[in-house]
Amino acid sequence: MSGNHELNLNETLNEWHGSLKSYLIGFILSLLLTIASFGLVITRLLQGPALVVTIVGLALTQAIVQVLFFLHLGKEAKPKWESVTLYSTVATLLIIVIGTLWIMYDLNNRVMPGM
Amino acid sequence: LPSLAIHHQPEKHPDRSIPDPHQDTFSKNVLGFWMYLMTDCLLFGALFCTYAVLHNGTFGGPTSRDIFDLNIAFVETMILLLSSVTCGLAMLSAVKRRTNAVKAWLAVTFLLGALFVAIELTEFSMLVQEGNSWKRSAFLSAFFTLVGTHGLHVSAGLLWILVMIGQFFYWGLTVDTFRRLTIFSMFWHFLDLIWIFIFTFVYLMGVI
Repeated sequence: MSGNHELNLNETLNEWHGSLKSYLIGFILSLLLTIASFGLVITRLLQGPALVVTIVGLALTQAIVQVLFFLHLGKEAKPKWESVTLYSTVATLLIIVIGTLWIMYDLNNRVMPGM
Repeated sequence: LPSLAIHHQPEKHPDRSIPDPHQDTFSKNVLGFWMYLMTDCLLFGALFCTYAVLHNGTFGGPTSRDIFDLNIAFVETMILLLSSVTCGLAMLSAVKRRTNAVKAWLAVTFLLGALFVAIELTEFSMLVQEGNSWKRSAFLSAFFTLVGTHGLHVSAGLLWILVMIGQFFYWGLTVDTFRRLTIFSMFWHFLDLIWIFIFTFVYLMGVI
């Protein structure tokens, strides 16, 4: 084993990847995306499925913005274990979400018609 | 770790051209906490699915259109987003070794988080007083479970901020307090991330 190399305070501070710029970009983008979501729903510029698809798209965009600019994903040194863990989690999440919606929604409708 | 090494055949020609940086306590803790956040993602994913499935099970009670107020949701969203930024400012102050600024930004983050929880509890108590508690219907059970779990996380974060402020008063900026602050900031940003999906899937889609 290569042993545990412990960092001093200076090295530890350098391990963190945030910057004022990334927080400002993240904040402004999140603000705009949030206002767009609420604005679209309140003013009803879009209707029905188009509105749903748009606000879900805005939410996913804001999630990616926050992961990149607030959680600083992808800035760690190789091998990027955080990114790898995120990808496997997203895969598991998709299985859970799609599987649940498909099976449970269908079951729910069959068992409780008209509810 | 000799006990684990029994079953581990070391590579004959390991590639050391790219050293794995995750050898120190800081990196290990950050990665480990990130993995915890990922499992928390799965928890919230399951709760979102439950909510989606039970959303129409109102059992003669109010629907989401009847009880959701977009003004409250918007104010909560703004407060949480602002608190995410002030938490980041605490981290930036720590990197610049300004311990007093760290405490101040953590205090601001705490106030914003407490305001968020207070608004959420007010909303919950109004619903309960109108007879629309989690006992009313499957829809309301799922709503209180999902949003309440997020609120519990924020409340745990509030406790964590108080402990962090105490540690910064007691020890100042050290390798340990900075590591804990980093992990706290990840937790806080993660809660803001989950909230995006709550205001979209619960509040906005609830009134469409």
